[in-house]
Amino acid sequence: MSDRQARLDAVLAGIPYARFLGVQVKLAGDELTGVLPFAQHLVGNPMLPALHGGVIGAFLEMTAMAQLALIEQRARLPRPIGVTVEYLRPGRARTTYARAQVKRVGRRIANVHVEAWQDARSAPIATLRAHFLLASQ
Amino acid sequence: MASPPSLKDLMPQLAAGAPHTHALGFVLEGVEGDVVTLRAPYRDDLVGDPETGVLAGGVATTLLDHVCGLAVWAALDRFVPIATLDLRIDYMRPAEPGLALFGRARCYRLTRSVAFVRAWAYDRDADDPVAAAQAAFMLNTDRERSEAAGAEP
Repeated sequence: MSDRQARLDAVLAGIPYARFLGVQVKLAGDELTGVLPFAQHLVGNPMLPALHGGVIGAFLEMTAMAQLALIEQRARLPRPIGVTVEYLRPGRARTTYARAQVKRVGRRIANVHVEAWQDARSAPIATLRAHFLLASQ
Repeated sequence: MASPPSLKDLMPQLAAGAPHTHALGFVLEGVEGDVVTLRAPYRDDLVGDPETGVLAGGVATTLLDHVCGLAVWAALDRFVPIATLDLRIDYMRPAEPGLALFGRARCYRLTRSVAFVRAWAYDRDADDPVAAAQAAFMLNTDRERSEAAGAEP
C-alpha cells in the first residue's frame, strides 16, 4: 500500500461520520475513487429500495474532501461553503463510486466537481459542485 | 370501512421511518401549516471533524434534503412518491458541538410536476442558521423512476 493510500485511510478512519457511512477511497497512482459499499442503513426509500439522497450528497462531499486532502496537505480538513447536488438517477442497492475534479485551488478557496455512478460511469447517478474553505497553510 | 390514514398520521413515519433516517435518529419536531421542522440529535458517531467535534456537513445535507421532502408532502397534504432533482446548500457556520440540529422547510411553489422548497438548519436559534438550502423535487416519480431502474442492466 502506498504512503498516500495509508494517509488517506487514516484521515477517513479518524472521521466518525465517514465510518458511519462506510466511505472508502482507493488510489490508482494519483487517481482517487471514492467507494461507498451498499449497506441497509443507507436506504432512504425502502420501496425501491434506493439510497437516501442525503447519503449520496454526503458521499460526494467526502470524495471532494479526500481529493483535496490528496493534493493539498493542510493541517485541517477543508470545510464546505456551498454545495449543489444534482440527482440524475436513483441510487440502487449496490456499491457507489465517485471521482472528483479539482477545478481550482486558491490560497483560501477550492472549487471541486464530483460525479457518482454505480453500474456505468457513463450513467452518473448524481453530481456535485462545491466550494471549500481551506485551512491556512 | 376504515378511511386511509391522513398525512398528519403518516408524517412521523415519513420523517424517521426509513432505515437511514432511523439510523440518524431523526425526529419530527412539528408541522405548523406548511412549515415542517425535523430534528437530528447530536451524536459522537456523526461528527465530521474530530478536532472540533462538529457534526459532519453530510448530516446537515441529509437533514435538509429530508425536511424539504416532508415540506412537499405537507404542501400537497397527501403522500405521493417524490425525488430530489437538485439541492443547493450554503454552510454559513459550523454547528455547535453537543447540540441537536434542526431543519425547517417550506414548499413555496407547487406545479403539476415540480415542487420548489427552501429550508434552514439551526442549532440554538432559528434566526441564526447554520445552513440554508433550496431544493426542487419531481412529483409522482414512482412510475418513471421504476421504469428507469428496470431499464438498467
